[in-house]
Amino acid sequence: MITEQEVIGLNGDEAVAYAAKQCKVDVVAAYPITPQTIIVEKFSEYVANGEVETEFITVESEHSALSACVGASAVGARVFTATAANGLALMHEIVYVASGLRLPIVMVVVNRALSSPINIHCDHGDSMAERDAGWIQIYTEDAQEAYDTVIQGFRIAEDERVLLPVMVMLDGFFISHTLQNVFVLPDETVKKFVGEKRNVPEIEIMGKRVKLKLDPSFPLTIGPLALYDYYHEIKRGQAEAINSSMEIIKKVHDEYSRVSGRKYGDGVLDSYKLEDAEIAIVCIGSAAGTVKSVVNEVREEGLKAGCLRIRVFRPFPADEIRRILSGIPVIGVLDRSLSFGGMGGPLQYEIKVSMYDEPKRPLIMNYAYGLGGRDLPPGTVKKIFYELNKLKGKQKPKETFKFIDVRE
Amino acid sequence: MNGLIEAGVTHPLDKYLRREMIPHIWCTGCGNGVLLNCFIRALRELNLDMDKIVVVSGIGCIGRISGYVNLDSFHTTHGRPIAFATGVKLANPELQVVVISGDGDLFAIGGNHFIHAARRNMDLLVICANNFNYGMTGGQYGPTTPLTARTMTSPYGNIEHPFNLVHLAWASGAVYVARWTAVHVTRLTESIKKALGKKGFRFIEVITPCPEIYGRYNRMGNALEIMKWLRENSVIQHFTDPSKVDIEIGRKIVVGEFVDKEKPVFTDLIADLKRKVKDRLEAESKRTLTKI
Ligand SMILES: Cc1ncc(C[n+]2csc(CCOP(=O)(O)OP(=O)(O)O)c2C)c(N)n1
Ligand code: SF4
Ligand SMILES: [Mg+2]
Repeated sequence: MITEQEVIGLNGDEAVAYAAKQCKVDVVAAYPITPQTIIVEKFSEYVANGEVETEFITVESEHSALSACVGASAVGARVFTATAANGLALMHEIVYVASGLRLPIVMVVVNRALSSPINIHCDHGDSMAERDAGWIQIYTEDAQEAYDTVIQGFRIAEDERVLLPVMVMLDGFFISHTLQNVFVLPDETVKKFVGEKRNVPEIEIMGKRVKLKLDPSFPLTIGPLALYDYYHEIKRGQAEAINSSMEIIKKVHDEYSRVSGRKYGDGVLDSYKLEDAEIAIVCIGSAAGTVKSVVNEVREEGLKAGCLRIRVFRPFPADEIRRILSGIPVIGVLDRSLSFGGMGGPLQYEIKVSMYDEPKRPLIMNYAYGLGGRDLPPGTVKKIFYELNKLKGKQKPKETFKFIDVRE
Repeated sequence: MNGLIEAGVTHPLDKYLRREMIPHIWCTGCGNGVLLNCFIRALRELNLDMDKIVVVSGIGCIGRISGYVNLDSFHTTHGRPIAFATGVKLANPELQVVVISGDGDLFAIGGNHFIHAARRNMDLLVICANNFNYGMTGGQYGPTTPLTARTMTSPYGNIEHPFNLVHLAWASGAVYVARWTAVHVTRLTESIKKALGKKGFRFIEVITPCPEIYGRYNRMGNALEIMKWLRENSVIQHFTDPSKVDIEIGRKIVVGEFVDKEKPVFTDLIADLKRKVKDRLEAESKRTLTKI
């Protein structure tokens, strides 16, 4: 049954803080960085007003923030943090520790370009740099989805079959600072959905069933050495866990949509008018809103255009993508980050690999856009659609990767 | 302001500023402007070769200073200016390397670099604009926020004990330590001049008003009122025991010079070591040659 919901004006950061509050997190450890700061600001307000019982630790750097989260999560707490750009880069060491220890931390990354040069605006370079770190990565399209995804994030992360940290992305400023009418679930509903307390699973050690957490009643060591004797197996276990989380991500999304009435595609991929499409743009994040509206516009002009938004980037939904995109002859992949010295943007790689086994591979163009917060105006998207349309039935052009809206 | 520049009107300090970057981004009444002013005055009064000075800053409101000085400068990442500056100094020991950064930058995220550079007696002048909070990100409390002070993240008063930066610098091994406020413009300028004339790890803390954020949270009034407050609430007591100059609400801020001593400097020690090792290797190779 769909729950009745209140509508409140929130920007993306506020929506995230609101969701974290409703999820009754035990510990938040964070360090401020634009454009994430509002999350910290809002959360400290909740703490100060006694609206939450969370231990809010204002540490002295992001490295300490995620380290404190790891410590708290290891004793069984529900833990939340948020960061952006250089803050995430500084966390890098601990990003791997969190996933390697299978700690269900939820972290919001408000996407911002990495230095140098110094820039505070949006691109995906920060979270893309963590794509191999073993976290589930979900990119959202607007403040509403950011709110919904944080709530889903705890359920996914803490699921006994998953036990992995979840990174929820929202585009800096475009989502984080843009006010939107956000439907919020009642506190009770969220509490029921995520569970009042984190459910710490039991494991069997020396013939005894114990909770997998630091607890003096059965002392454990978390994070010791595993060399060539076990490291290989542990990493394989981690790889299998993240791959099999796909089903749980979908299930949690479905269950949530039954409560909230909101759906984001199948929870993994968000397809827009792709059924009969001859050209398609694949993208991530807030750009999808613009692309979808341009799809409508160019469809009126006779182009058979569509859009595929990748919501879940890790685990990467290669099979589903292949099924959805097969038969579309020309595809344009929009990348809001680069892989310097590589052969295009990171999203493009994933799409190309996904399509490799297709008997009739599509022509895939790759566009780098919006670095350091440069806007993606509808006119640009329209130009891309017309370019893709022209390529139908043509040979692959010499250059398939280009920068758009760039000064020479 | 820009109109005057176009009309060709110049100021004696103009050559020290990148005029195309002015007006700066700092709020009206911000202490950072005072610090910048004192710094470039010190340079002019010493008539130092501008090509031999490098300003390194981290991230924060004060960090923008590296874009305003008409010198070689380096706007680094948050917390790391001392580490970058160490590299600059070691690669070219001829340069006078000055780090100008914030309390958050130098003592929260970058605290480790500070104590180790001081311990090694790295030849750097570090000037900290201490506004008691993270100004740039909206005024969260940090490692210098006095107990009970209100900030964005401590609406009911700060419960964390702050660093006494003078004591920290002393304990870490700095050879020159001073503290001034934005009202002590002449003394601050003289102090910067003195520090520029010394070698080794030198540290100057400057209490800078942040009327827009810290001032607002703590109802300190407008910029002028904060300056008045600073004048009335600070006392000059040179060479007071560094452990006794904590900054506490309700107590006067002790300013002055606290340390002024000499100690072998890292860059000299490393040059010495290099010379010694080279001499030994040369002597050894001569010996081997004679044997052959
Ligand atoms: C790794 C990293 N974390 C966080 C930030 C965000 N950030 C920018 S400035 C700043 C605090 C600045 O405080 P301070 O050094 O005291 O300088 P002020 O703005 O007060 O002059 C923070 C947290 C960042 N740029 N990089
Ligand atoms: S916020 Fe505070 S420190 Fe930053 S420029 Fe304004 S007054 Fe200065
Ligand atoms: Mg500061």
